Amino acid sequence: MNALRKRLDALKKPFGKGEKLEKFAPAINAFDTFLFVPNHTTKKGAHIRDAVDLKRTMVTVIIALLPALVYGIYNTGYQYYIQTNTPFTFLDAFIHGAWKIVPMIIVSYVVGLSIEFAFAVYRGHEVNEGYLVTGLLIPMIMPVDIPLWMVGISTAFAVLIAKEAFGGTGMNILNPALTARAFAFFAYPTYMSGNKVWVSEASNVDAISGETILGSLAAGQEVNYSMLEMFQGAIPGSIAETSTLWVAVGALILILTGIGSWRIITGGILGAAFMGFLFNLWGANALMSFSWINHLVVGGFAFGIVFMATDPVSAAQTNKGKWIYGILTGIFCIMIRVFNPAYPEGVMLAILLMNVFAPTIDHYVINANINKRKKRWSNAQELKTA
Amino acid sequence: MRIIKKIQTRRGAELNIKGKAEKVLSRTLSTDTFALKPDDFFGTIPKLIKKEGEVVQAGEPIFFSKKNPRIKFVSPVSGMIQTVQRGARRKIEKIIIAKSSAEDSVSYQVKSWQEMNREALKELLLESGNWPFIQQRPYGIIANPEETPKAIFVSTHKTCPLGVDFEFITSKNVAEFQEGIKVLNKLVDQNVFLGVDEDHPGVFEQIEEVQHYSVAGPHPAGNVSLHIQELAPLNMGDRVWTLNPEDVTNIGRFFQTGKFSPQRTVAVTGNSLNNPKYVVTTLGCELKPILDEFEIRYPQNRVINGDVLTGSTTSSENGHLGFFNNQITVIPEGNDYRMFGWLPFKDNNILSLSNTSFSRLFKKKGFEVDTNLNGEERALVVTGEMEKVFPLNIYPMQLIKACMVEDIEKMEALGIYEVVPEDFGLIDYANTSKIEAQEIIRQGIELMINEVG
Repeated sequence: MNALRKRLDALKKPFGKGEKLEKFAPAINAFDTFLFVPNHTTKKGAHIRDAVDLKRTMVTVIIALLPALVYGIYNTGYQYYIQTNTPFTFLDAFIHGAWKIVPMIIVSYVVGLSIEFAFAVYRGHEVNEGYLVTGLLIPMIMPVDIPLWMVGISTAFAVLIAKEAFGGTGMNILNPALTARAFAFFAYPTYMSGNKVWVSEASNVDAISGETILGSLAAGQEVNYSMLEMFQGAIPGSIAETSTLWVAVGALILILTGIGSWRIITGGILGAAFMGFLFNLWGANALMSFSWINHLVVGGFAFGIVFMATDPVSAAQTNKGKWIYGILTGIFCIMIRVFNPAYPEGVMLAILLMNVFAPTIDHYVINANINKRKKRWSNAQELKTA
Repeated sequence: MRIIKKIQTRRGAELNIKGKAEKVLSRTLSTDTFALKPDDFFGTIPKLIKKEGEVVQAGEPIFFSKKNPRIKFVSPVSGMIQTVQRGARRKIEKIIIAKSSAEDSVSYQVKSWQEMNREALKELLLESGNWPFIQQRPYGIIANPEETPKAIFVSTHKTCPLGVDFEFITSKNVAEFQEGIKVLNKLVDQNVFLGVDEDHPGVFEQIEEVQHYSVAGPHPAGNVSLHIQELAPLNMGDRVWTLNPEDVTNIGRFFQTGKFSPQRTVAVTGNSLNNPKYVVTTLGCELKPILDEFEIRYPQNRVINGDVLTGSTTSSENGHLGFFNNQITVIPEGNDYRMFGWLPFKDNNILSLSNTSFSRLFKKKGFEVDTNLNGEERALVVTGEMEKVFPLNIYPMQLIKACMVEDIEKMEALGIYEVVPEDFGLIDYANTSKIEAQEIIRQGIELMINEVG
């Protein structure tokens, strides 16, 4: 370890203070700090610090994403082989999926991280770790057959417009990964919706019907999947959104480590269940009479509420605000699903909408605290003058 | 003892660090030099009365506050002004007094203090150098003698990591402490609020003419800010005064003897020490002779005037004890690298409040801590973690952000008057982004003092 450290220090020398390549120090530091937690000591404020840092936080989110990602890779192959009636093994399915998805992940990371590094060097701050999560989320919520260049452009749009334009990590209003998806959704609708995009090769092989459950319901067709299949995720859909089971495992990791807000997740589930139940009572069309429990397990709801709505930067920041934000996200998600057949998947738009309203929610929550204080002041003032 | 209020909180954290001072008072230590550091008195600009080379008696004023010349700062010992250390822009950093063998001290006529009116008593406290013991909220600066506070608070329950046990150090000075309380009662329209440890009020139970309240819960439950919020919340224009228990004793002793009492009982703590214990000494004393009494375990250490969350770094060679602190902490420097230290659940030997570490599950005996930052400063991303360690009814992150952008109106509305930097010590420690919350709040308060006053 010491030898490696010495080599790294030698490598870093030209990037040091006052040296020729000082400007590029953030880039080299980003790599270095992934090998070693730096030897920086506290200079002011508290003399001791917690072991947690942003790297650890983001890596925890990535770990929570892995079960859903691995299942998504498998399901990509599974959907392809099952619909083409080809005999296959687990490994076949996995390889088929990986062949499709790994390049998407690479494109997303290369494009996004290049922009992040460029901005870090330009602005002279360290590279923030947030993109490690965003960069993995983007391919996970895309349809499997989307061309790689679209992934690249969506990523660039998201990082530049949704994030860096607002000042970088911590300043953005919208969740960058969802912005990437929304961009692709509106810019390339034929690749992002319909019944030919959700299963690998569906547009090339006629035998494949790649309609999602929500899509079928919106079109008034029968749904032939069992509750168990829907829960386990053996259904068509965006790459990693299908398996509520593995998303739930991720949710458990996020909640137990305290990284994801249990308030938002619980609020979202409650909101969606409540809205689904109301529509069940109404029951005017297929989507309305679709059981509220099923609403929770199909489509991207589970994935969205666990991994996207909980993004601490774009969500509400106060504890009360998180409840309101979560519940409203759930309600809007089901409402968009049911009322707008053009967008059978409501969770993306629901979360983006709530991202925009999150600061407003916080504003009112914080104002309650401020008003209490001001009321106390004016009461005291009255007492004095009386 | 009648408890007027039980203050309880769950928000906060008990940092289980090795090196708690054993309740043994080591012999009274004296040192060759003593120092006054104007920086100990937040917001005070010093004007020197004595020059280098002049002889001073114990209790003789050395400098006064430029803003309020009535507030005088006196020498804790008799001797000679050895050096006036200046920093950038000739700012006075330290006034070092070489102790002489003769013990001359200024004496005051205090016998009839009980007949004095409030103003005369204030004048005596100001003249004798006892005034700087009295701190004011908002801002945590020296109290303004022209004002009468809404209340005076003395919290005897120190909850900070390895904090001093005031019950233990006051148990031998109960009479002086009681006398001090009586003096303070004359400065305010209601009896002094005295905060005690709910489980262990000890000798403070016997103290009379006070309003007892009890405190329970993890740090920062012992911080006065919380007690003020519960018992006498600060409104616009309100003043509340606070004192350290040992300074109440010092004031009491002054009114018994007529001589300025600079006693400091210090808990010398930290995981760098093999035998942490209490030392009785004098405020401003040199640290080296004190530290020489201890076995130090690591080659590179940091000596902290105060506790690990709020103290200031000083040097073991030529450092001096601060004016207010009853604690010295020595911990090892953490200037080494950790491979893949960012992996969750790796390095569980590092104390962490986060659930991304198993550290809280074991090591009941106490953690070895060091000064490593354990990461790098980042933008504020994670939300909700500050509130977990902040018991005041204030949104800490929003207040920090308001201070960062210097939005005075917002800072006022969000409660800047109700906090001092030390309330944010645990936030410094716990926040993922390694934001220097205390520093930001300190600058915010400085801004308030300059703009609003």
